[in-house]
Amino acid sequence: MTTRITVRIQADAFDVADETDALNSPNEDVGAVSTFIGYCRSEGGRLNALELEHYPGMAEDEIKRVVDEACTRWPLSSASVIHRYGVMKPGDGIVFVGTASTHRAEAFAACEFLMDYLKTRAPFWKKEYRADGNIGDWVEAKSDDDAAAARWTSKT
Amino acid sequence: MIISAPVFVTWSKLMTEIKIVYFAWVRERVGVAEEIIDVPQNDLTVEALAELLSQRDEGYALAFENPKLVRAAIDRVHAKPSDMIAGAREIAFFPPMTGG
Repeated sequence: MTTRITVRIQADAFDVADETDALNSPNEDVGAVSTFIGYCRSEGGRLNALELEHYPGMAEDEIKRVVDEACTRWPLSSASVIHRYGVMKPGDGIVFVGTASTHRAEAFAACEFLMDYLKTRAPFWKKEYRADGNIGDWVEAKSDDDAAAARWTSKT
Repeated sequence: MIISAPVFVTWSKLMTEIKIVYFAWVRERVGVAEEIIDVPQNDLTVEALAELLSQRDEGYALAFENPKLVRAAIDRVHAKPSDMIAGAREIAFFPPMTGG
């Protein structure tokens, strides 16, 4: 199956409705679209913003490699990943992942796989801007994220 | 590193220029986003390059003090510490990724 792939790295906000519509249009055999949106959060009021730094030459290439991997595992008619960089306020969307397939199981699984792999492979880093006005630390990678990505390698 | 002049002349022929780029706290600690440096042309691994860099000054030493926390890419593809950099144009060093 040829998958229509969209990968964009951008500073601008994305429109969730537009991106979701693009996944199933105009294919009449799409029966399921699954989407995930990752948002900036305030951590209970502790943060004013997050700044996303990325590796411009590599981010798009690496995400494409992850999407290609998803396409070898599930029959997807479309797959989209849009990842933003720059300063995000709580509530701003940081990443959009969407998959379209004939049935829901493939769309759900591929969407989750893409997100798990992006967390550990896409070259992006978050820096905290604290509500007290100070620039805080770089967010540390979570071992949970490694574990989430690793579970896909033990499946056939 | 102190090297006598005659040795350096011979050695320099085996050196090659490579672009190094740094991100997030690795970039902040070394103090530059990118630089061109001379490295030995052959038989250099990612790990060995990191070790060479860590000897440059305190900032580099701090950036590379815990090798397990520094990831690398060769020509914009994830690399392992044991990977050879021979022939590469751009090496990147960065912390574990926290996107998404």
